Amino acid sequence: MSQVAVQTKDATPQQSVGAPKPADALQARLDALTLPKGGFTAAARADALVRLRGMGLPGPRDEYWRYTDPRPFNAAQPQPIPIAAKSPDSPLFTDLDRLVLIFVDGVFDAAASDDLSLAGLEIGTLAQADMQPDHWARGLYGTLETAGQKPVSRPFAALNTAAARDGVLIRVTGKPAKPVHILHRRASESADVIWHHVIRVEEGAELTLLETGMVGARSNGVLEVDLAKGAKLHHITAKRAGHQKLGISHLFARVEAEAQLKSFALSVNGTLMRHEGVIEIVGDDAVAHIAAAVLGDGDKGPFHHDDTVFITHAAENCESRQVFKKVLKNGAEGVFQGKILVKQGAQKTDGYQISQALLLDERSQFLAKPELEIYADDVKCSHGSTTGALDETALFYLRSRGVPKDRAIVFLVLSFLADALEEIEDEVLRGQINDRLEAWLTRRANSQ
Amino acid sequence: MTEITDLDVRDGVDRETVETVQNMGSYKYGWNTEIEMDFAPKGVNEDIVRLISQKNEEPEWMTEWRLDAYRRWVTMSEPRWAMLNYPDIDYQDQYYYARPKSMEVKPKSLDEVDPTLLATYEKLGIPLKEQMILAGVEGAEETPAEARKVAVDAVFDSVSLGTTFKDELAKAGVIFCPISEAIREHPELVKKYLGSVVPQSDNFFATLNSAVFSDGSFVYVPPGVRCPMELSTYFRINAENTGQFERTLIIADKGSYVSYLEGCTAPKRDTHQLHAAVVEIVILEDAEVKYSTVQNWYPGDEEGKGGIYNFVTKRADCREARAKVMWTQVETGSAITWKYPSCILRGEEAQGEFYSIAIANNFQQADTGTKMIHLGRNTRSRIVSKGISAGQAQNTYRGLVSMHPRATNSRNYTQCDSLLIGDKCGAHTVPYIEVKNTSSRVEHEATTSKVDDDQLFYCRSRGMDEEEAVALVVNGFCREVLQALPMEFAMEAQSLVAISLEGSVG
Repeated sequence: MSQVAVQTKDATPQQSVGAPKPADALQARLDALTLPKGGFTAAARADALVRLRGMGLPGPRDEYWRYTDPRPFNAAQPQPIPIAAKSPDSPLFTDLDRLVLIFVDGVFDAAASDDLSLAGLEIGTLAQADMQPDHWARGLYGTLETAGQKPVSRPFAALNTAAARDGVLIRVTGKPAKPVHILHRRASESADVIWHHVIRVEEGAELTLLETGMVGARSNGVLEVDLAKGAKLHHITAKRAGHQKLGISHLFARVEAEAQLKSFALSVNGTLMRHEGVIEIVGDDAVAHIAAAVLGDGDKGPFHHDDTVFITHAAENCESRQVFKKVLKNGAEGVFQGKILVKQGAQKTDGYQISQALLLDERSQFLAKPELEIYADDVKCSHGSTTGALDETALFYLRSRGVPKDRAIVFLVLSFLADALEEIEDEVLRGQINDRLEAWLTRRANSQ
Repeated sequence: MTEITDLDVRDGVDRETVETVQNMGSYKYGWNTEIEMDFAPKGVNEDIVRLISQKNEEPEWMTEWRLDAYRRWVTMSEPRWAMLNYPDIDYQDQYYYARPKSMEVKPKSLDEVDPTLLATYEKLGIPLKEQMILAGVEGAEETPAEARKVAVDAVFDSVSLGTTFKDELAKAGVIFCPISEAIREHPELVKKYLGSVVPQSDNFFATLNSAVFSDGSFVYVPPGVRCPMELSTYFRINAENTGQFERTLIIADKGSYVSYLEGCTAPKRDTHQLHAAVVEIVILEDAEVKYSTVQNWYPGDEEGKGGIYNFVTKRADCREARAKVMWTQVETGSAITWKYPSCILRGEEAQGEFYSIAIANNFQQADTGTKMIHLGRNTRSRIVSKGISAGQAQNTYRGLVSMHPRATNSRNYTQCDSLLIGDKCGAHTVPYIEVKNTSSRVEHEATTSKVDDDQLFYCRSRGMDEEEAVALVVNGFCREVLQALPMEFAMEAQSLVAISLEGSVG
């Protein structure tokens, strides 16, 4: 589209003199990292490096980076960010029975974590497992990431596969009694964290995976999920981000017949966050849902949050849902790029996508590109996208019933986000996320 | 083709629809007019640009304007972001200027034009005699004759043959003439507005057009004037290996109104032909322009052989307060369609509307949509797009809705629906939504589905054959857009919908 635009993208100034050439920038980026040689991942890492050199780092003129500037992710080093004082919010999910794995600056802390044995599960960590030449994750590590590079290349995911230091490797063979909780902590002000998890849920098995905490000054995460027939994964992330934090993450999932993937993310703050979801449904009667609730406030510095989703239907009678809700304030920027691709023969597909933004002031903005690409005729696919301000009538109604304005706004924002939270199946988990949101909104409202 | 006799009109089916469906045939306009032509040498270079300018007896400034565009064009590369798949175009392997020999000396009026050329338009159903009304509008009897008048500019390959109703329009102060004539006769208007909406170097195809456009239509409606009749331009590509590059410039001065229709056809040929047009519309305070297109370029045959490559830049600039534009398009032809009629809503309370039906059958590929660029306060836009894919065709809606920070209290509503007929075609939606203020409201909805089995079954149970039934259901699917067309076009469009889908079922 840029070619016919009034302000064409081509009008952006050429790279300033003295700026590093793209290949040099990539080399500098790689030089700043210690690339592990890897044991069972060695081949995958070497391959990722070759692919990465082939694609190069993204530039601001890349269509896939139309609304988000990739340069802070391209930089060799992140800006250090002071470790914040303790958050006024109590940590999430602490009152649940769960298996906790603690990562400090992206490195597994065995001493602080729970014992890794749990019936129905096989858990290991990447750094530990990678000392071995072979492992069950050998055929998976980097495989789904590689598959997800088409038709759009995702250089930071390839970088991740090449350079990841640690992560979790989980093979689920049954229905474990409790969820697995990955908790991230920060120790160094300038940690540039690269984590890579691989999860394989075997036929008929189920897992609930929780992720919370703070990850580095800059982070690059990849989660590869392979769901066998009838497998289920519930994935909930609620990472706390410091105000200056940079983060990019990729979820690559392969969903086989009758399997179910449900992924929900809660995001509050961060200078620049990009989450990509790349889901391929390869077996009939499978289900994939991906949802996010985002609260962005630009009061303490820039806020830019990008959700980019690509769902491929390659089998019959499958369902996918994308539900993305963003509340933006004080110059916050929200981005949603979502795509449903229905391949030839993927009949009876039910694809749904909604992206909505609530702009709480004049300076905030929402940029969306909700796409459909459909090659099968017996399908039901729809997408909707709306952007607007708070409903004045609803606000007036609440106020006329004696609800103070601040409280009324909290109610309305929570009800706006409700559809996304509905994607969390477990009522207890949903309730905790809802309470967290309410506490956060109330505190923000009171602090003004 | 079935003879229309004793129509058995069934319950709940209106007569026109049945007639339409029965009247289905393949591409009706694929014949060729045998006529002697003058060609400029193949290819494009500065000399060709000068030659076109010289053939049109243009002043120096115009030649320079073209050369400037040409020099920029050679530095540009062809955009490939659309979901279109076609072999590279050899821009040096075609003619950029083709004129019937008989047009060498400009005819003073249409009466002097070569009868073979006039017969071409007669055969196409285009009235070049002022007493005629647009053919095929039998349903128009109840409308008073005055209201049915349509002034026509007939463009044949690279030249305009002339325009009808010139005198009557002149009485109202409306200028309607070939753009080549406007450059000579009304240089002040052309200089002021040409390139002011679509700049010379806007995009690859528009820049090429700026360099080599040979003719097109020019319209100026003076302040407060409601144009007394519909204006229309009919484009015909006839010569082989020839591109058509027309340029249309419409200026609606303060408080004026004009409705403009555009139609186009081409002969069946095995090779692809390039059509790269530019339409610029300038709309001043309180003025309104309705621009309707029925694009029926030769789409290629069932195997995807031949057909027009249609790369078109159309843009309206609602420059002042309360200016209003309405684009309506029925895109049934062309092997490749690359077209995004856009609205720049600059004036306060300006309004833009876009209604589109795009049908792609066999191996056709369409990538079309609109841009609504909200710059002024309280601006409003509405997009209704209906895409239909059949055979092995690919149909993409690509659109932009942009709310700038200053465009407070603006509204957009977008609806894009796609219909798939058959399991080998594709329907795609690529909307860009950019909202940079809070008080504006943007809504976008899109759906994709196939022709409803229940509706088909209902029609079949009433005795329709499958093709009739599909045409009826599709016409229902397109209704919102068909209703936005001026009557003269609505009829044609409805039958085109059926024709374009011929052979897509069963």
